[in-house]
Amino acid sequence: MSVDIATVKRVARLARIAISEEEAVAFQSEINAILGFAEQLNEVDVSDVEPLTSVVAQVMKMREDVVTDGFYAEKVVANAPASDDDFFMVPKVIE
Amino acid sequence: MTRAADLTSLSIAEIRDGLATKAFSAVELTKAYLAAMEAARALNAYIVETPEQALAMAEASDARLASGEQRPLEGVPIGVKDLFATEGVHTQAASNVLFGFKPTYESTVTSNLWADGAVMLGKLNMDEFAMGSSNETSYYGPVTNPWRKEGSNLPLVPGGSSGGSAAAVAARLCAGATATDTGGSIRQPAAFTGTVGIKPTYGRCSRWGIAAFASSLDQAGPIARTVRDAAILLKSMASVDPKDTTSVDLPVGDYEAAIGQSVKGLRIGIPREYRLDGMPAEIEALWQQGIAWLKEAGAEIVDISLPHTKYALPAYYIVAPAEASSNLARYDGVRYGLRVPGDDIISMYENTRAAGFGREVKRRILIGTYVLSAGYYDAYYVRAQKIRTLIKRDFDIAFEAGVDAVLTPATPSAAFGLQEMAMASPVEMYLNDVFTVTVNMAGLPGIAVPGGLDSAGLPLGLQLIGRPFEEETLFRLAHVVEDAAGSFTPVRWW
Repeated sequence: MSVDIATVKRVARLARIAISEEEAVAFQSEINAILGFAEQLNEVDVSDVEPLTSVVAQVMKMREDVVTDGFYAEKVVANAPASDDDFFMVPKVIE
Repeated sequence: MTRAADLTSLSIAEIRDGLATKAFSAVELTKAYLAAMEAARALNAYIVETPEQALAMAEASDARLASGEQRPLEGVPIGVKDLFATEGVHTQAASNVLFGFKPTYESTVTSNLWADGAVMLGKLNMDEFAMGSSNETSYYGPVTNPWRKEGSNLPLVPGGSSGGSAAAVAARLCAGATATDTGGSIRQPAAFTGTVGIKPTYGRCSRWGIAAFASSLDQAGPIARTVRDAAILLKSMASVDPKDTTSVDLPVGDYEAAIGQSVKGLRIGIPREYRLDGMPAEIEALWQQGIAWLKEAGAEIVDISLPHTKYALPAYYIVAPAEASSNLARYDGVRYGLRVPGDDIISMYENTRAAGFGREVKRRILIGTYVLSAGYYDAYYVRAQKIRTLIKRDFDIAFEAGVDAVLTPATPSAAFGLQEMAMASPVEMYLNDVFTVTVNMAGLPGIAVPGGLDSAGLPLGLQLIGRPFEEETLFRLAHVVEDAAGSFTPVRWW
């Protein structure tokens, strides 16, 4: 499988990365090189194989459903590029 | 040598002894390192130096030493990879997208180090978001390897992604460093710089507070100058952490106690699939030398087969970008870091991410987004995860047959030149990880230990791969290699 320019642009849109026409061309050939490299995975018969979900066999840890952390909104927004009164500020989203 | 140079050449074990006997103070030691760092800025190993913090921590260590309350790493000067969150201190994963980010919290691994008395010297350079094998993708520019070929001034890469960590340890700009390894990012730079690096079993070190690259593969570990130092550091870095659900609920071993224990009777697997076509003769010779050393020490050498080895790298370059595309979605210009304005919120996201991420990171996000997109998920991501099951099974079968550890070369070559791979395809660069990536795919512990120098005088490393949570076995074996091979220090030119 290989990707065309339109697919590269669509994927960049999905990934929310603005790319130029030249970048799209360069990414296309690089992505196709990597997808070509991955082609060899099709040689392997995986019909009876389960996908790996965890490298270490362990039960998901459970904890009490109680509040253990929080109450420092000012720390949460401390690194925000724009904040006001402990809220994150973004461009207008709803008309 | 001056006294300051003497101090920076001490191992962590020697620092421990010297501080205990009051041969020097923690402040004196830290000052020696700060001076060495200042004199070595040409290497670009540190992104940020934190001398005030370092001296305050060293003073606190001296107070502890005076009152006889020293902790396991009291006064030991450490460099921290920029991937680890350090409270109030620059933490950007060597990326512009985290411009100005100063966490209001501390990673578990670094918290453990400071709780054990270590001193923070600064933040170390790395490939952006740990994506790279040469430290050339950093927003802060490449790191130069303190090693050069004999009779050459050509700058070499230190490997990556923990290139700053490895270069700083080799050049005596810290006594040890934190690092992380997703596909070889501890072991490959350790091999390129003549240092020791261990990636512990997945789940041994908490990932809490470490900027995520590929969550099912990422693991923290130390880079140090000796096997013993790596054991001392890992004991402090590892812990059971309720804040990371993949942190495994097993007590941390006494790794240093394993050093010097006999390896007699241990079964060492030599995987035939690691003998690559076109592998340099010097790498093959190094491997044979490693086999001979372990045999002389009483280990039993057995040939084994890990048949899915060749599929590890292509499967990795599906799985890792897929997880990265998801993890790096959080960098959107809203909560932290860079924001580049746009006409609306979508264009603000797109402009921020376009300006914030470097080329390698963008490419991996795009590939990851593609392989996770509707219609391709099964063909790429699920298939790669199935192959991962087979890679892990290969190792399980070898271990069940009685193999205690696997010996391989750490890298297919010695350090290469800065810019040398600039025109190479991404796949060629990815081949650097061919011997290390299987270990991450299977979640196993792996250690890189210097095995010798090549004909140009550059260090080469051997890799030992162990059973899950049997890091002690790796320290025992690596110490045998170290004893036989000796240690390697670059000649100072900077």
